[in-house]
Amino acid sequence: MIIEKSAIAGTLESSDVQVVVEPGTGIELSIESSVINQYGRQIKAAILETLDRLEVKDAKVTVVDKGALDCTIKARVECAVYRSCGKSAAGLPWGAAIR
Amino acid sequence: MINAVGRNIPDYLLVNGREVYQGKGYRDGQKVTKASQTTVKHEKPEADKLAATIREACEKCGARDGMTFSFHTELRDGDYVASMVAKVLVEEMGLKDLHVAATSLGTAQNIFADYMEKGIIVEAQTSGVRGRIGEVISAGKMDKPVTIRSHGGRPRAVEAGEVHIDIAFLAAASSDCCGNARGNGGKNNFGSMGFAMHDAHFADHTVIITDTLVPFPNVPCSISAIDVDAVVVVDAIGNPAKISTKEARITDNPRELMMAKNVANVIAALPYFVDGFSFQTGVGGPSLAVNRFLEEYMIEKGITMSFALGGTTSAVCALQDKGLVQKICDTQDFDTGAAAHLQANPTKHIEMDLSQYASAGNKGAFVNKLDYVVLSALEIDTKFNVNVITGSDGVLRGAPGGHPDAAAGAKCCIIVTPLTRGRMATVCKDVVTVTTPGDCVDVLVTDFGTAVNPARQDIIDCLDAAGIKHVPIEKLQEKAYDMVGEPDALEWEDKVVAVVEARDGTILDVVRQVKPFHF
Repeated sequence: MIIEKSAIAGTLESSDVQVVVEPGTGIELSIESSVINQYGRQIKAAILETLDRLEVKDAKVTVVDKGALDCTIKARVECAVYRSCGKSAAGLPWGAAIR
Repeated sequence: MINAVGRNIPDYLLVNGREVYQGKGYRDGQKVTKASQTTVKHEKPEADKLAATIREACEKCGARDGMTFSFHTELRDGDYVASMVAKVLVEEMGLKDLHVAATSLGTAQNIFADYMEKGIIVEAQTSGVRGRIGEVISAGKMDKPVTIRSHGGRPRAVEAGEVHIDIAFLAAASSDCCGNARGNGGKNNFGSMGFAMHDAHFADHTVIITDTLVPFPNVPCSISAIDVDAVVVVDAIGNPAKISTKEARITDNPRELMMAKNVANVIAALPYFVDGFSFQTGVGGPSLAVNRFLEEYMIEKGITMSFALGGTTSAVCALQDKGLVQKICDTQDFDTGAAAHLQANPTKHIEMDLSQYASAGNKGAFVNKLDYVVLSALEIDTKFNVNVITGSDGVLRGAPGGHPDAAAGAKCCIIVTPLTRGRMATVCKDVVTVTTPGDCVDVLVTDFGTAVNPARQDIIDCLDAAGIKHVPIEKLQEKAYDMVGEPDALEWEDKVVAVVEARDGTILDVVRQVKPFHF
């Protein structure tokens, strides 16, 4: 998928994660997390896996995590990506890229 | 050397007779010669001991470079006195190489973090470490490791001469002109002075700092003028809004209430739940709520509690007012209702110092008579070791308080905690830091089930007989990891930034400098 404009998903509430995606070159990822020492690598893996599944090759992704579980992280990344390419209102590829 | 809870304690710390933790009750029966204070004879009649300023009082007490000063933290986050004194010592008097012996260090003492960073405060001993002070220590900014002691460990160390306090600066809600002082009777009442009383007996000098001067004699008093060198009157000893809440409310969170109910069920299923049983609980959500469910069981069984111990809330006072608790032995008051109750009920709500409460170095600490204690935890591992000092990032941000003492003394220690907090697995394979050893912890109650320490077959049998379900603690840990994922181990530098002392003076664990995280 092509990131057309910047988009945001998620909040800064405890147990949530806020994901901002913007157009970029290659994957530029920055992660802040309240649990970075124990879960930083797992969070990074969950984000990269989701971007890969959505076939996002070029994006600047900024993540502020407040202790979200992997399922939440994946959902927020997906949502931000779909919003960034105008797919969030209708025509979500259910059953395809979203698993 | 590896100690009895499997922690590797660096050999260079094991000097001057210091040993690693060997297990519960290791030093029982040993003899100790008590250290003492050097006092000053006041032979001639004297009108008062008032000093115009803190500085004048410091000079009278011979404040000097390299000295150890202490203060109490009964005013919690509302305390003005410790910072006020530190500013005078450092900024007005220019003293250096200072040692701090505190009952706790928190956000009210944030200025201490600056002095630690600048190398003016060079040593610290405390029960709790919170706020910026914890960040500074964990970042390795102090040369010498901080010593973390429990509330019982502190007076033990003072009596053994391991800590010698030169000047104790003690905040009091009211005092007379000679230093007979109390935690009530003033503008900013905080109730029990249990954290302060012991210091006055062992410090060479004691300065009372109050905002309410009352006519002589201010008796019965918590601190006696026989131990006091000077009295300073200031505008305010603290911020009343932060000293205590109006009332520590019992939670209405259904998950916490369910855990509290399950704790009460365990208590009622054990043979200690008879007339005259004794009990201590913390102030955290589910711990405090246990009082409510216990009340129902006590009325049903027609029994009363002989004594409630430790930090006191209005909830315990209400139980006493209903005739269900004979004595409250109070080391600190968590709310204004409890502080007022202490003042109003002098024969059945008793102020108690930390040595009498919890020290393993005397002949009769009250924790040794406890039947039950209900405590919380930041983490508990599959060996039942508890951590209440370091966060999931390895930074100091907690306080053992009386946790290790009550756990060791009580016939049944129950930990109550949710299985996970956000993404943190509370029940884990290995706690970051051991603050209460697993050999003192008997039962764990979580929102996903109860586990009993296999060392307590007697408790397992009682729960089985009562039909209370329980699972191996490993099942709870696996459930937690299923939900949040298995945490990566923290990464540390070599430098030891804090030594966690067991209540008997042996070394339970060390906290090392945190290594900044890199992907």
